[in-house]
Amino acid sequence: MLYKLIVLLPVIGALIGGLLGRWIGHRGAEIITSSLLVLSAILSCVAFYQVAIAGQGPEEAITFFRWFDVGAFEADWALRIDTLTVVMMVVVTGVSSLVHIYSIGYMSHDPHRARFFSYLSLFTFAMLALVTADNLLQMFFGWEGVGLASYLLIGFWYKKPSANAAAIKAFLVNRVGDFGFAIGIMAIFFVFDAVDFDTIFAKAPELAGTNFLFLGQSVDVLTTICLLLFVGAMGKSAQIFLHTWLPDAMEGPTPVSALIHAATMVTAGVFLVCRMSYLFEYAPDALYVVTLVGAVTAFFAASVALVQNDIKRVIAYSTCSQLGYMFFAAGLGAYDAAMFHLFTHAFFKALLFLCAGSVIHGMSDEQDMRNMGGLFKYLPWTGMLMIIGTLSITGVGIPHTLIGFSGFVSKDAIIEGAYAVGTPIGGFAFWIGLIAAAMTAFYSWRLIFMTFFGRPRAPIDIMSHVHESPATMMIPLLVLAFGAIFAGIALQSLFIGSASEGFWGDALLVLGSTGHEVVEAAEQGAHDLPNWVVLGPFVVMLLGLTWAAYWYLKRPDIPERIAANRGLLYLFLLNKWYFDEIYDFLFVRPAKRLGRFLWKRGDGWLIDGFGPDGVAALVLGTTRRAIKLQTGYIYHYAFAMLIGVAAAATYLYVKAVGAL
Amino acid sequence: MSEWILTVITFLPLVGAFFLFLIKGEDEVVAQNARNVALWSTLVTFAASLVLLVEFDSSQSGFQFEITREWLGGNITYHMGVDGISILFVILTTFLTPLCILASWQSITTRVKEYMIAFLILETLMIGVFCALDLVLFYLFFEAGLIPMFIIIGVWGGARRVYASFKFFLYTLLGSVLLLIALIAMYVMAGTTDIPTLMAHQFPVDLQMWLWLAFFASFAVKLPMWPVHTWLPDAHVEAPTAGSVILAGILLKMGGYGFLRFSLPMFPIASDFFAPLIFTLSVVAVIYTSLVALMQEDMKKLIAYSSVAHMGFVTMGLFAGNLQGIQGGIFQMLSHGIISGALFLCVGVIYDRMHTREIDAYGGLVHRMPIYAGVFLLFTLGNVGLPGTSGFIGEITALLGVYQANNWVALFATTGVVLSAAYGLWLYRRVIFGALEKASLKTITDMNPREIAIFVPLIAATLYLGFYPAAVFDVTNASVENLIQHYTAALDAYQNVLLTAK
Repeated sequence: MLYKLIVLLPVIGALIGGLLGRWIGHRGAEIITSSLLVLSAILSCVAFYQVAIAGQGPEEAITFFRWFDVGAFEADWALRIDTLTVVMMVVVTGVSSLVHIYSIGYMSHDPHRARFFSYLSLFTFAMLALVTADNLLQMFFGWEGVGLASYLLIGFWYKKPSANAAAIKAFLVNRVGDFGFAIGIMAIFFVFDAVDFDTIFAKAPELAGTNFLFLGQSVDVLTTICLLLFVGAMGKSAQIFLHTWLPDAMEGPTPVSALIHAATMVTAGVFLVCRMSYLFEYAPDALYVVTLVGAVTAFFAASVALVQNDIKRVIAYSTCSQLGYMFFAAGLGAYDAAMFHLFTHAFFKALLFLCAGSVIHGMSDEQDMRNMGGLFKYLPWTGMLMIIGTLSITGVGIPHTLIGFSGFVSKDAIIEGAYAVGTPIGGFAFWIGLIAAAMTAFYSWRLIFMTFFGRPRAPIDIMSHVHESPATMMIPLLVLAFGAIFAGIALQSLFIGSASEGFWGDALLVLGSTGHEVVEAAEQGAHDLPNWVVLGPFVVMLLGLTWAAYWYLKRPDIPERIAANRGLLYLFLLNKWYFDEIYDFLFVRPAKRLGRFLWKRGDGWLIDGFGPDGVAALVLGTTRRAIKLQTGYIYHYAFAMLIGVAAAATYLYVKAVGAL
Repeated sequence: MSEWILTVITFLPLVGAFFLFLIKGEDEVVAQNARNVALWSTLVTFAASLVLLVEFDSSQSGFQFEITREWLGGNITYHMGVDGISILFVILTTFLTPLCILASWQSITTRVKEYMIAFLILETLMIGVFCALDLVLFYLFFEAGLIPMFIIIGVWGGARRVYASFKFFLYTLLGSVLLLIALIAMYVMAGTTDIPTLMAHQFPVDLQMWLWLAFFASFAVKLPMWPVHTWLPDAHVEAPTAGSVILAGILLKMGGYGFLRFSLPMFPIASDFFAPLIFTLSVVAVIYTSLVALMQEDMKKLIAYSSVAHMGFVTMGLFAGNLQGIQGGIFQMLSHGIISGALFLCVGVIYDRMHTREIDAYGGLVHRMPIYAGVFLLFTLGNVGLPGTSGFIGEITALLGVYQANNWVALFATTGVVLSAAYGLWLYRRVIFGALEKASLKTITDMNPREIAIFVPLIAATLYLGFYPAAVFDVTNASVENLIQHYTAALDAYQNVLLTAK
C-alpha cells in the first residue's frame, strides 16, 4: 500500500488540478498538488529506509492489475521495488515536491497555474511509473509519459513560437531515441519470449555470446539489444547526437528545467542502463560504446557551455556534460557510482537551476548574463546558495579524504575509478573526465562571476526593481543546498563505500571488479593509486576557477575581445558545434521536400495521373471520338470500361477454372 | 431468441429508416423528428449489441449466435454469425453511428430526413458485413455499403464532391468486380458460398493465388493500401464530418476484416506467398504517406493520409501470421476506428464554426477553446501512439509480431512512430498554439454540451483500451489462435507436399 500510494498520490493531484482546476481555483490546485507530493516524498523516504537500509522490501512485484497478454507478450501494471527503485523514488518525489513549493512563488503571476501544477504532478507520476516498472512495456509507458509531460511543460507558454518549436523538437528527438528503444523491446521479445525483467534477467547468462540474425547480419544478441536500448537512453538523457533538444528545452519555465531537465527525467537513460545491468554486463562491447558516448558527451557539452551567454543554457549544457559522466561510469561497470552521481547531481543541479530562476525572477525575466553583473548585493541569499551549488558541481573537497561537497565525493569517485579500471577505454574516460572537470570549473565560475560580480550591466530601471525571492522560493533552495553540501559525505559509504553491497542487494549486477572498487581498496591501503590521479581533479578545478576569476573579475576585456573577434573556434562553440544546422540540412528540410514531392508528383502526377484521372480522360477521349453520345457523367464511361475489364477477366477465369 | 439476435441488430436501423420514410410534414418538424428517430434507433441498436457482447462466450473459437435460413437456393443461404474476430467490429459500428448522428445534429440542415435514412441504411449494411457468413450475403452488404456512402458524399459533401465520389466509386468498383469474379470461381469450385465451409475447403494452390489477388484488389482499395489510396484523401475532404467518421472508422476496417476472414484462412498458401508484397506495400504506406501527411495544408487530408499510414501497421501485422501480429492488427483497427473518428470529429467542431479546413486559417485556438484544445490533444497523442492510449497497444503489438516475421519490415515501419509524432504535433501546434491573431477567430466559442457529449465516450474508450487492452484481447484471443493454428497447419502441410514431391 505504501508503495502504491507513492506512485498514485501525484496522479491524483494531477487529475484534481487538471480537471477541477476551474472550480478549486489556482490556490486550491497549488495546495492540493503540492501537499500530495510532499506526502509522497515523505512516504518515499520511509520506503527508502525500509528497502535500502532495513532490507525489508517486498520480495515480489506489487501488481495493480493485468495490462494485456497476447500469447507470451504479457505485462501487468506492477511495481518493482528494490534499492534502485527507492533511490529514484526519493530523488523524484523529493525534488518534485520542492519544485512544487518553489513554483508557488515563481509562477505566482501566471494565469494558468492550475494547469502548470497539474502537469508537474503528471510528470512526477510518469517518472515514478518509469522507475517502478516491472517490465519493459511499463517502463516505456513512463518513458513516453515523461516525454509528454516534458513536451507540455516546455511549451507551457504556448504563445511563444520558440517555446512551441522547442516542445516539438524535444518530443521528436526523444522519439528518435524511442525508435531504438522500441526496436530493442521487439528484439528482446523475439529472443527472450517475454518482456518482464525477471524472466529476461534470468535468461541473460544463457544468451551471452550467442548470435542472432538482425537485419540480415549475424550479430551478438545481447550487444545488439543493449545498443538499441542505449539509443533510447541517449535520447532521453541528451547524449551527443541526440542532445539538441535539451538546450532548447530551456524555453520552459525554470522550475521545469530544474525538475525535468536536470534532476529527474534526463537521468532516466542512466537509470535504464543501471536497471538493465543484468544484460549490459554480458555485453562488453555495448558497455564500451556507453563509455565512449558518455565521455565524448561530457567533453562536448562542457566545451559548448564555456561560451554560452544565456544563464539557463549554460546550466543545460552542464547537465548534458554531467550525464556524460554518469554514462561513462556505468559503461565502466560502476553502476553504483553512476547512481550516486545521479543522486548528488539532482541536488546541486536543481539548486543551480532554481537559483537561476530566482535571478531571472528578480531581474524581470532577463536571461542573458551579458546584461547582469553585480547582483550579489541585491540577491545575497540567492548568490550564496548558487555559490554553494557551484562549489558542489565543481567538486570542492579535500583530496585523499571523503570530506567535501557532494559533487566532490561522487564525481571524483567516477574520475578516479575510470583511471583505476586500467583499460584503454578507462584511461580515455579518465582523461576526458579530467579535462571536462577543468571546463566545468571554468564555466560554472564564469556564470557566478558574470551574474553576481563585476560591474552591473543591466539598465537602471531593471536594477532598481531587482528583489530577493519570497520564502516559498527560498525554503526549497535551502533544502537543496543542504543536500548539495552533505549528501555526498553522508551517503558515500552506502552508495559506493563499504556498505554498498548490502545497500544495493540484487538491484545491480556487476561481473568482475570495477574501478571504484580498486579506489575503495586503495583507501583501505590495499592498493596504491598514484598521488597525481587523486590530486588531478582538484588541481584542474582550481585551474578552471583561477582562469575564470582572472578573465571575468580582473580582465573582463579579454573575453569581450575574444567574443568580438568571432574566431573560428569561438563561433564553433557558440553555435554548439553546428549540430542544429547540420540536422536541419540533413533531415528536416529533405523530409519536407520529399513529402511535398511524393504528394504532388507521387500521388498527384503518377498515381492519379495514370490511375483514375488518366482512365477517365482516356475513356472520355476515346468515347468522344468513337461515339458522340454523352450523358455528362464521367463515371459512366469509367463504368463502361470496367465492364470491359471485368468481362475479359471473367473469360480468363472461366478458362482457368475449366482447365483445372 | 439468441438465434435471431444478429438479425435484429443488423436490421434495427433499417426499421428506423422505414419510420423515417413515413415522416411527413413541415420541413423543420420533419428534420427534428428525423434526428430524434435516427438517434434513438442507433442507440437501441447499440444497446442490443451490448447484449450480444455480454452473451458472447469468448472461450469458444467458433461462430456464435448462428442462424441459417434458405435464401437464394443452390446452397446460397442466409447465414449469419459472429466470432471473436468480428464481434468487436459490430460493436465499433453500433458505437460510432449514434455519435455520427449527434455530430450531424446541427451541421446538416438540408434534406435531413434523407440524410438520416442514408445513415441508418449504411449502418445496417456495415453490421451485415461483419455478421455475414455467406459469401454472397457478404458481397451484397459489402458492395451495397458503397451506395449510401456515395450518396452521402455526393449530396451533402463539399465543393469538389462529384470528383471525389467519382474517384471513390471508380477505385472501389474495380476491386468489387474482381471480388465478384473470384466469388463465382469459388462457388464453381467448392459448390457452396458458405463461409465456414469454405474456410475448411482446400483450394488448389495456383487457384489460391488468383483468388487471393482478386480479394486483394478489393480489400486493398478499401483499406486503403498504397498505391490505391488516393481516393481516400479526396473522399474525406469532401465528405461531411459524420461521413468521414464512418469512412475512417468502419469502412476502412472492412478491408482488414476481409483479409482476416477470407485471405488468411481460405488462401493460406497464397497469403504466405504474397506476404512480402504486403510487407513492402505496408512499409511504403507508412513512410510515404507519413511524409505526405507532413506537408498537407488541409486538416482532413492530413488525417486521411495518417489513416493510410496507420492501416499500413494493420496489414503488415495481419500478414505476419503470428499471434501478436494479428492481435495487434485487429486492435489497431479498433483503436484507429475510435481515434481517427474522433480526430475527424475534432476537425468537424471547428469546421462547423469557421467553414474552412485550411490549417493556416487557424492558430491560437487554445485561448478561446481550452476544452477543445484538451480533447484534440488527447486524440492527437492517441494517433501518435502514446502509451496509455489505445493507439500505442495496437502499434507495438503489431510491430512486435512483424519483427518476428521480418525485422527489416519492423525497422522501417517503426520510423512511422517518429514521423507520426512530427505531423501530429506540428498540426496541433499550428491549429491550437501560438497567439490568437486572426480577426475571424476572435469570437470563436468553445465546445457546447452536445459536442462534449459526443467526445466523452470516445475519450473513455481510448483511455480504457490504453490501460486495459485485455478487454479486447480476451475476446479475440480464442478465434485468432484458432485461425493461426489452421493457417500454420496449412502451410506445414504444403511444405510437406513440396518436400515429398522432391
